Amino acid sequence: MLYGYFAILVYILIALGFAGFVILASHVVGQRKSTATKLSPYECGMPTIGPTLRRLPIRYYIIAMLFLVFDIEIVFIYPWAVIYRSFKGFGFFILGEMLVFVGILIIAYIYVWRKGALEWE
Amino acid sequence: MGITVPQINFSIIAPELIISAFALVVLLLGVFFPRTGKNDYLGYVSLVGIVVAFLYTFPIMGKSQYAFNNMIVADGFGVFFKVIFLIIAFLTVLISIGYARRVDIDFGEYYALIMFATLGMMLMAAGTSLITIFLGLETMSIAIYVLAGLMRGDRKSIESALKYFLLGAFATGFLLYGMALIYGSTGTIILEEIAAYIKSKPELLRSPMIIMGIALLTIGFGFKVATVPFHMWTPDVYEGAPTSITAFMATGVKAAGFAGFIRVFFSALGAFQPDWIAIMWLLAVATMTVGNVVAIAQTNIKRMLAYSSIAHAGYILVAFVAGNELGTASILFYLLVYAFMNIGAFTVVILLGKRGEENVLISDYAGIGFKYPLLGASMTIFMLSMAGIPPLGGFMGKFYIFSAAVKAEYYWLAVIGVLNSAISVYYYLRVTVFMYFREPEREITGLTFSPASVVAVIISVWGVLYMGIFPSDILALAQRSITGLL
Amino acid sequence: MLDYVWLVPLFPAVGFIINGLIGKRIDRRLVGWIGCSAIGLSFFFSILLFFELIQLPPASRHHEFEIFEWVVSGDFRTVIGYQVDPLSILMALVVSGVSFFIHIYSIGYMHGDPGYPRYFTYLNLFVFMMLNLVLANNFLLMFVGWEGVGLCSYLLIGFWFERDSASNAGKKAFVVNRVGDFGFLLGIFLIFTNLGTLDFTEVFHKAPSLDVTLATTIAILLFIGAAGKSAQLPLYVWLPDAMEGPTPVSSLIHAATMVTAGVYMIARCNVLYSMAPIALTIVAVIGVATAIYAASIGLTQNDIKRVLAYSTISQLGYMFLGVGVGAYGAGMFHLMTHAFFKGLLFLGAGSVMHAMSGELDMRKMGGLRRKIPITFWTFVPATLAIAGIPGFSGFFSKDEILWQAYSSSHGHFLLWAVGVIAAGMTSFYMFRLLFMTFFGQCRAPEEVKKHIHESPKVMTVPLGVLSVLSIIGGYVGIPHIFGGGFNKIGEFLAPVVGGHGEVAKGHAVFSFEKVAHAAEGGGATATAHGLQSASMEMILMAISVIVALIGILMAYVFYIKRPNLPGIVAEKGKTLYTVLINKYFVDEIYEFCFVDSLKSLGIALWKGFDDLVIDGAVNGVGHLTVGLSGVLRKIQTGFVQSYAFFMIIGGVIVVGYYMIRAIFY
Repeated sequence: MLYGYFAILVYILIALGFAGFVILASHVVGQRKSTATKLSPYECGMPTIGPTLRRLPIRYYIIAMLFLVFDIEIVFIYPWAVIYRSFKGFGFFILGEMLVFVGILIIAYIYVWRKGALEWE
Repeated sequence: MGITVPQINFSIIAPELIISAFALVVLLLGVFFPRTGKNDYLGYVSLVGIVVAFLYTFPIMGKSQYAFNNMIVADGFGVFFKVIFLIIAFLTVLISIGYARRVDIDFGEYYALIMFATLGMMLMAAGTSLITIFLGLETMSIAIYVLAGLMRGDRKSIESALKYFLLGAFATGFLLYGMALIYGSTGTIILEEIAAYIKSKPELLRSPMIIMGIALLTIGFGFKVATVPFHMWTPDVYEGAPTSITAFMATGVKAAGFAGFIRVFFSALGAFQPDWIAIMWLLAVATMTVGNVVAIAQTNIKRMLAYSSIAHAGYILVAFVAGNELGTASILFYLLVYAFMNIGAFTVVILLGKRGEENVLISDYAGIGFKYPLLGASMTIFMLSMAGIPPLGGFMGKFYIFSAAVKAEYYWLAVIGVLNSAISVYYYLRVTVFMYFREPEREITGLTFSPASVVAVIISVWGVLYMGIFPSDILALAQRSITGLL
Repeated sequence: MLDYVWLVPLFPAVGFIINGLIGKRIDRRLVGWIGCSAIGLSFFFSILLFFELIQLPPASRHHEFEIFEWVVSGDFRTVIGYQVDPLSILMALVVSGVSFFIHIYSIGYMHGDPGYPRYFTYLNLFVFMMLNLVLANNFLLMFVGWEGVGLCSYLLIGFWFERDSASNAGKKAFVVNRVGDFGFLLGIFLIFTNLGTLDFTEVFHKAPSLDVTLATTIAILLFIGAAGKSAQLPLYVWLPDAMEGPTPVSSLIHAATMVTAGVYMIARCNVLYSMAPIALTIVAVIGVATAIYAASIGLTQNDIKRVLAYSTISQLGYMFLGVGVGAYGAGMFHLMTHAFFKGLLFLGAGSVMHAMSGELDMRKMGGLRRKIPITFWTFVPATLAIAGIPGFSGFFSKDEILWQAYSSSHGHFLLWAVGVIAAGMTSFYMFRLLFMTFFGQCRAPEEVKKHIHESPKVMTVPLGVLSVLSIIGGYVGIPHIFGGGFNKIGEFLAPVVGGHGEVAKGHAVFSFEKVAHAAEGGGATATAHGLQSASMEMILMAISVIVALIGILMAYVFYIKRPNLPGIVAEKGKTLYTVLINKYFVDEIYEFCFVDSLKSLGIALWKGFDDLVIDGAVNGVGHLTVGLSGVLRKIQTGFVQSYAFFMIIGGVIVVGYYMIRAIFY
């Protein structure tokens, strides 16, 4: 019953072997001479200006994350809207469910707002 | 259209709903009425929420009812665990009042996150589908990652959170992949349907795909309950996190991990018991031994308790291997008593610290036994209970576990377990030796005991003593709780 | 009345609580008074229970009092409670009685110690736990008491914790005992899983259904527990060190009561042992080996308390020899007499120390006979008793054991012979102690000499009471050859230790029944047999008495007549002497084999993982990215990587195992 997997095993072995061979070969055959230029970080072919590891303001991340979170949550409303009609008789219940969902989102929004995460300065 | 409305029964998830609602309330209270340095009231609101949720576990006790398309169940097992989690959350909040203020993390988020984590735990215990369990696990884990790093000015706390997050995410990958493989092999995510499917197709028992899935699940759950060799994060994370959260992690997260572990392995994958038994045996032995032996060398009490918690996971795995009725019941029993004694011990650790001076070295405990006699006596009770000295709860827990192993004829496992608990006496006793038999090198003065934490110590002492002296009720309850699980 | 058995352990518990909570704040005299009266009341109720019990016919002398139902679920039911039967009431009497006198003695001895309330608190807790141990009606409560007395022993050995040696000795005692408890616990598990109960009555009722291998395993495991608690080979190492505690504690816990718990436990489980002849043989052999081994160490020790400690180990060996040949009654008899005379010897030693300003070295004593006469005159009967001189209590009990070792169906000539040689050694080292301490010239420094004084009444009265008991205690078990029907203790214990199974019956009341049978004029052969065994017993008894006298004589020659002789002998047999005085180097060997290696394993694992691997990884990362290494080391990314690495390794093992299993099985 394992024959089906045998091919995969062979495949893995070949892949590993090939990768190993290439690394080893380049190590053995290739020449290495390091110069200052070669070791400097590459940035679009331009010489770097200032330190390469600069800090970015954390606000970018927060705004980006908040956008993502709310964006993704909103996406849930689409499938809900599409199948809403097929639940005849349960309309209010289903609507209530969605209101709860949105309510939680609003709480999150209020929280973020009160916390000052939306202030830029 | 072929869509049907799933059976919706809110009463079954009433505790979860209440906890969520209170978590949101606390979160909003925290931002609307922040009283810097005086946020204890948020803790009391959380306590009310936990108690109300606890009361709502009563209507679902003794039932066995599925809801939400078999995604969730209210059965004895789940309810027992919910009770454990709520007790743990209750004690954690109690010890946080005062402590959180001391280390400047008494935001609304703090208490809200504890309740969200509890919500996740309860979902893990009640979930009967791989997805519910996974969602519960993630809800819990993410809350814990944040809680661990809440002391933003403290390097160790940040380090702890980051490590836990990175490795946790890594382990979750294993877990999710395992679930995917099992879903791929059986075409369902409902645990009982998985079991039924495997039963109907015996050739699946030798299918590498599903066995691979089981292996990955073993790793994923093994990480959450901190078994060797997936334990490396434990000491660092436990040491760095705020002590109250360490107590929460050591008891709650571990218990939740075992809840999921047992549910998935016994309900869905029971047919594979011959496959996983030997590896569990090995994990149990390695976990007990490494935990206990390494704990001997520790000088920081939080690290020592971290290794000790690893060892305790090993004991529980012994019962897991035994796999019989007594074994599973003894896991429930052990987790409950472990919650009491471990939270109790961490509470004493908290009480012995003050602002800017946490006193977490074991040598700091010198002379405490005479200076604070009741605190010293409580710590002695917790240590002796963990070491398994009768008539304390820890002894009864170990007694049931090792009896289960003997009953299932895993004699060597029982022998190794008992030997291990003999080794563990050494380092538990060391704390006592320091408390009573060593002259303090420096005075520890000016401790202020938060009344809430003192209450937590009293509850813990009571729990440890009660479960040691009158274990029959709890064990009987545990045995009733697991009917239908195996 | 028998239902009030719970009062017996209750009083010490009350004493413990009162002294523990408010002992520091109340007057010292009150503390001592509370401690003593708690035990006194306990003793009083034990006596009442005893008289209640002997009024019942022997067969119905068994009463259980249930406290609460411990576990009732499914196939398993155990009730926690106390039980009154001849065996447990005998133990309760010995425990509460000896404790009572030692408590009184302690008032004088501990007078002036800053830890006075703490001392009485621990001591009351100890008695409470010990009474739980002996009165329990099931293995679980017995184990609770078993661990409890271990805990108290630990607390009391380390009582003067300012001394490092004391707190280390306490820890050693606790840890070694845990090794024994490990065996005991496994034995309990086996009983629990095979018989479904832990209740003594039920276990022993159902025990015959066990197969012999299982019974043997259980019996051996239980014996491991007994060997730990009762300081038998190879787990005896903690007892000599336990002498770091206050002397009354050594007397009570490490001579009279706690250390005998192992003997009691085996006597209690006699049904199991009688089913397992192999286990019995092991008990007997270990017992007699310990007896001679410890006695030989005792020959050379110079510390007065250490001599007594090794003597205790040796005497416990006798008790195990007794129960090991199936003579459970004889073992219990020796337990009782030993409690009297050894308790007394320790108290006497305490009184000597009191007089000598805390001196323990016998080489610095001598000539104390006239200076502390009461101590001396109470010390003498105890010494005669332990040496086995006829007329004193030790003679009757030791002789009973030796006779059974020879004659019982589990006995053997060699067991008897080794026992007799050990008895000779015993009388030698005990008289050596007596002579070195009380006779000859006083070798103490002038400073100490001036202060030598007799102890106060509160200490000498208990000495007197115990010395009377050391003399008359043996007359409850007069051998049948001096007249049948006088072995009261054998008769009394027979329903418990001789009531089950034919084998046990044959032994516990062996001598009594056989002779009674013969005397009542059974068959002629029976009479002849009875007479033959009677004459044999007479001969063996004479031999052991002669050996004891030779021991005394040698001690006299060595330490009174020619005091330079010991030095010469020690010089001649230098190797042997070095080995003996260093106690066969066992402590060193254990330290090397177990303690050090375990500790270093812990450190190695910790160092190995935390330092080598992780720091190595950090450093490795550091070398690769020199510029970033500072930052990286600070947030310790290296840690997480190596953790993840280990997770992967573990994962590979787990997955590999599953896959290999899937493929090959």
